[in-house]
Amino acid sequence: MQITGDLVQYLEKLGRIQLTPEQENATEKDLQKILSYIETLNELDTQGVEPLSHSFPVTNVFHEDEVMPSMDRESLLANAPNQKDGCFQVPKTVE
Amino acid sequence: MELMEMTALELSQRIRSGEISVREALDALYARVDACDPDYHCYVTTCREEAYQEADAVQQRIDAGELRESPLAGVPVSVKDNICSKGILTSCSSKILSNFKPAYDATVVERMRQAGMVIAGKLNMDEFAMGSTTETSFYGPTRNPWNTSHVPGGSSGGSAASVAAHEAVIALGSDTGGSIRQPCSFCGVPGLKPTYGAVSRFGLVAYASSLDQIGPIGRDVADCAALFEVISGKDPKDGTSMQFPAFDRQAVMAQGLKGKRIGLPSDYFGAGIEPDVKARVMEAAKILESLGAQVEPFAMPVVKYAVPTYYIIASAEACSNLSRYDGIKYGYSSPDAENLMETYVKSRSEGFGMEVKRRIMLGNFVLSSGYYDAYYNKALQAKRLIQQAFFDAFEKYDMLLGPVAPTTAPKIGESLADPLKMYLGDIYTVMINLAGLPAVSVPCGFDGAGLPVGLQLIGRPFDEAGILQAARQYEQATPFHHQWPGCYAKGEQA
Amino acid sequence: MKYEVVIGLEVHTELSTKTKIFCNCTTAFGGEPNTHVCPVCAGMPGTLPVLNRAVVEYAMRTGLALGCEITRYTKFDRKNYFYPDLPKAYQISQLYLPICTWGHVEVQGKEGPKQIRIKEIHMEEDAGKLIHDPFEECTLVDYNRCGVPLLEIVSEPDLRSAEEAVEYLEKLRAVLQYVGVSDCKMQEGSLRADINLSVRPAGSQELGVRTEMKNMNSFRAIARAIESEAQRQIDLLESGEKVVQQTRRWDDTKGESTAMRSKEDAQDYKYFPEPDLPPISISDEEVERVRTALPELPEQKKRRYQEQLGLSAYDTEMITSSIYFVRLFERTAELCGSPKEAANWIMGDLMKLLNDTGTLPENMAFHPDSLGKVIVMLAQNKISRQSAKKVFEQVFKADVDPEQYVQANNLGVVTDTGAIRAAVEEVIAANEKSVNEYRGGKTQALQYLIGQSMRALRGKAPAQEVTRLLKELLGD
Repeated sequence: MQITGDLVQYLEKLGRIQLTPEQENATEKDLQKILSYIETLNELDTQGVEPLSHSFPVTNVFHEDEVMPSMDRESLLANAPNQKDGCFQVPKTVE
Repeated sequence: MELMEMTALELSQRIRSGEISVREALDALYARVDACDPDYHCYVTTCREEAYQEADAVQQRIDAGELRESPLAGVPVSVKDNICSKGILTSCSSKILSNFKPAYDATVVERMRQAGMVIAGKLNMDEFAMGSTTETSFYGPTRNPWNTSHVPGGSSGGSAASVAAHEAVIALGSDTGGSIRQPCSFCGVPGLKPTYGAVSRFGLVAYASSLDQIGPIGRDVADCAALFEVISGKDPKDGTSMQFPAFDRQAVMAQGLKGKRIGLPSDYFGAGIEPDVKARVMEAAKILESLGAQVEPFAMPVVKYAVPTYYIIASAEACSNLSRYDGIKYGYSSPDAENLMETYVKSRSEGFGMEVKRRIMLGNFVLSSGYYDAYYNKALQAKRLIQQAFFDAFEKYDMLLGPVAPTTAPKIGESLADPLKMYLGDIYTVMINLAGLPAVSVPCGFDGAGLPVGLQLIGRPFDEAGILQAARQYEQATPFHHQWPGCYAKGEQA
Repeated sequence: MKYEVVIGLEVHTELSTKTKIFCNCTTAFGGEPNTHVCPVCAGMPGTLPVLNRAVVEYAMRTGLALGCEITRYTKFDRKNYFYPDLPKAYQISQLYLPICTWGHVEVQGKEGPKQIRIKEIHMEEDAGKLIHDPFEECTLVDYNRCGVPLLEIVSEPDLRSAEEAVEYLEKLRAVLQYVGVSDCKMQEGSLRADINLSVRPAGSQELGVRTEMKNMNSFRAIARAIESEAQRQIDLLESGEKVVQQTRRWDDTKGESTAMRSKEDAQDYKYFPEPDLPPISISDEEVERVRTALPELPEQKKRRYQEQLGLSAYDTEMITSSIYFVRLFERTAELCGSPKEAANWIMGDLMKLLNDTGTLPENMAFHPDSLGKVIVMLAQNKISRQSAKKVFEQVFKADVDPEQYVQANNLGVVTDTGAIRAAVEEVIAANEKSVNEYRGGKTQALQYLIGQSMRALRGKAPAQEVTRLLKELLGD
């Protein structure tokens, strides 16, 4: 897999981050190195192997449908950079 | 005996017997922190006001006879800064959470408080636990107390170093790919990475959710076992936490090693391992044999796939887990943002360090459409094969023995320049997280430069008792846990 | 050229569980902003989701009622995207193993009954609400709806017209309401649909390029949007242009849609298995338990109403179209003992009142026993039919208690035959012309005299008694 500058920029976009041009160059090289190494995984025969997302076969963990108190709004908003009228405030969303 | 030289179990004994007050224990801890932390930088926060308040409350409970059976009551505990503590800064050593005070305690913190422990402060770490050196911290690196020009390891570098430097009596770390065991190895203290699900993750700021576990770091294995007993067990707030056979700390400390079969994966001693590290671990194998265990080498060829598998899975989960840091609900928000997109991009670009950004990008890559099957799904398949390799080994062996890391602590500034090299240092630890197994790191001597070396005992799922018991036997047969770097800082000598 | 419109619908319905899907916050609608929120549904660092048991139960109920297969090993996935209404920046949803697959809803197509296939139903969490501040250049975020459980019901592109789409939605809504999983209040957003639409030359088997219109929340708007979008696409093709794959926003006041984003900047949701939630394993016994506990469904009810209660096909269709009619009908029939009379009142007076006031069945706010009480009083001759209608109107508008209302307003029937006789005699005396006409054989004149008598009695006398007396006094 060839890492290109375009791909680096696409990945920045996906992750909502922006690198400086120098960082982009360095990242392109780092990612290339890392990915080339990661591709040693291709040597491993995984045909027919069921992917394992959870380490142990735990199933059916539930909470009961009983209402418990929510948190008070003041603590919910305590860490918010901007708030107004009991809400988190963000720059105008336009679509 | 000087207060900060005691193990947590000794200290609690004396506090509960009325010989020492909880306040005195805190005084001693903060005196040590004041004296040493300028050199080592283990702490992000010392929450003294809250701690003394809690100390008084605990003292009252002790005086009322409430905590007689609680083996760690009254003990100050220091906590990695990615474990939420109500009203106390929980920064993950990141600029993006550098003002975040959670409104809730992590379940482990709640359980420690119930057991009468006092939260003394929050410990430095690699930003969001991404790193193996504690150099990626927004607050600057922690230094290895054995040699301050070396790193303490990571990501729980502050946790391991604080216990080693006696700036903490006992500490909590978290381990996603070795983040408890490796700094423990580099700092010469024991630490436990529990079975996935043994300890609640509620309140642990997620790095890679399927791999993260909280675990204890202590002066000796007995301390680790005692803290593990306090924090483990099923939690209704964490659906992946599990109930397991009762963990009996006393029995762990009593049993012998006779007849135990210990496997030695030969692929753990391949290219890249430093001769001193290999020699110390082989010496440890001999000691375990002398204690009655049978040690036998065996092949485990999947070792070479562990690091690629780990970095795919961990980065993928990380890029998703870290998307919530957007400058809107909490944490750092860029003052220069003029619209919504800029709020996201600038807050995140200014708020995250380079290693975090690198892993976010790697994670986005392996999950993005077109690459998912080739990378992420492939890694999940490899994960199963790795787990299977361990399960096969446990058909023959009660536990496995190996080094924690191929090297001792590198010098500060040596690692970050080459991320891949840093990742390769995780080769012996990440597999254990992928398989979900428990493993303990125990000091087993020093290299030629006087830096500590650690060994790793890996157990069957939920056999913390088995590996801690072996580790305890080994520890008692060796002098290493009595050795510490010493701290002759200004305050004390004067 | 003749074109065929091809429509698939993705319906989101909020479940009426007491608590949210991954925490114990209430799902109650309304409330001050950000007061039904906890660290878990706000996605605070370190928090973890734990699945609501009732959501699985509700999803199974829905799936079984729609004839779906229940997936025995089902799990959640993360759908990642940045938006301020999504505090974790990912929505916990189901991509790889949704809980239900392959069901259907039957609609009356132009060429007879037709099955609309349901591809899958999955469980997921709702997002919060964005409030656009009219005074400042900012948007406010309220997380009260964050984490309210949703089912997404995805149809195959089997629908061919706006009428079919609306009928499909009505049928689907009826099922959801019948099995009690959702109140489907569209104006509260608890039922909304995304429309996927393409057109193709009639007879072609290939699907055209489709567009998507999201979050439609009224049947009327859906019908209009479909008509308009189909026409837009046909016009494009007719003029030799191409349809561009894109998401469009329907503006119901302007009656037109505008492009939001095209495929090029389509989001990459980077789905992957949710590591924080263990999978769900459902046993055969569990499926059978839910299946046997299912309430009577619309089709079964229709059959019973017609075959056992003797209602007309039309009345049956109307009443079973909404669980709110069904509940009122069944309770009323039970109280008055006459399903036919109950149906007549619902089809007559109630429908008229709903129409006149623009009320939706789910917003009927009167006590379920009231209509039955009115009918009973009428049957027992305690009130006249005229009064009964008046009482029911007050029941509908102000939720009055029928008995109290009758008493308070003195609407009880005049049972004093002397008084009735006196009134009738007076009417006969005052209307000589009509009396003579009647006696001369013009039977319609009697109706007039009955009307006059009832009027004199202010509607409070039983009409049969008045008629009987008139005839008697006129010497019949």
